[in-house]
Amino acid sequence: MSRQSNRATDSKKMNSELFTLTYGALVTQLCKDYENDEEVNKQLDKMGYNIGVRLIEDFLARSSIGRCQDFRETADVIAKVAFKMYLGITPSVTNWSPAGDEFSLILENNPLVDFVELPDNHSALIYSNLLCGVLRGALEMVQMAVDVKFAQDTLRGDSVTEIRMKFIKRIEENLPAGDDQHIYIASVGLNAS
Amino acid sequence: DTVVCLPGMADETLFEFLHMEIVSHVYKEQQSSRGTMDNKVCSVVNHVSFYIFRLTRDSPSFKDELDIMKFICKDFWTKVFRRQVDNLRTNHQGTYVLQDNKFALLTQLSSGKQYLDQAPKYLAFSCGVVRGALSNLGLESVVTAEVSVMPSCKFQVVIQKL
Repeated sequence: MSRQSNRATDSKKMNSELFTLTYGALVTQLCKDYENDEEVNKQLDKMGYNIGVRLIEDFLARSSIGRCQDFRETADVIAKVAFKMYLGITPSVTNWSPAGDEFSLILENNPLVDFVELPDNHSALIYSNLLCGVLRGALEMVQMAVDVKFAQDTLRGDSVTEIRMKFIKRIEENLPAGDDQHIYIASVGLNAS
Repeated sequence: DTVVCLPGMADETLFEFLHMEIVSHVYKEQQSSRGTMDNKVCSVVNHVSFYIFRLTRDSPSFKDELDIMKFICKDFWTKVFRRQVDNLRTNHQGTYVLQDNKFALLTQLSSGKQYLDQAPKYLAFSCGVVRGALSNLGLESVVTAEVSVMPSCKFQVVIQKL
């Protein structure tokens, strides 16, 4: 498939600038609403979670990925299919723990931070923390409890952005603990037609 | 169904969910009286206006107000909302009605009358975006939106004479 231009050949794609700027506006607004960076980080994670629990259904319907056999396969699907589909980037999967329950996603470039600089008084802000919530929420809906956090961030001077994902446990198939005020319907199996 | 996403492109579904979360958050904040919805939306839109400026900066020079509105309905609407406005009407005295029968930011909400009372919240952002674009093109306006059956909606633009 040739790639002569950046125009959307797929009607589900949009110019990422609008997305990036809207996200930036959201973070800015949260910084005004809450006194400290920790609280903003928590809100971004919570909002990301709310997005993730819905996004997984869209992902499963559009990617026709079946059930992953193990956490390694999950990692590959996240990096090569999900990130590519939603953000147009393919992070690399590295730094596996010996037990195979923890790995890193290395993002060479993070579209969320285009045009962004962190001012000095926000050193504790995890600007892209929404992504952690999205991953956590999405995986919870396919019965995986995971811990997701940023290990490195180009916005804070690191050379790459690194997201560390750790498998905690398998969740039994009943309604997971949801966010307050949030009602949703749990996925029924992975073989969406 | 393609899963290819070119560099520089993001997926619309992700944007729509982000937009819904923003609306939900702003309304929760409003209920705990941390500020009005209008203020919050303005703040969001101010940041988005940089993007709008870039979008409109390279546009051709326009011969009149109607020309600008046609640009909004075609080029601008396509870039931001991924399709053209279906119907434009005007009284030729500064009031325009833009009808979009499949408005991008409503399609995830419902098709029909369910959640109709929630729709205005979801249109506030878009009204601000349109107003910002017009402002960058030299027209001050008041933009409102109404919905009777989702995902179809009508934007009313009233150009302010200075």
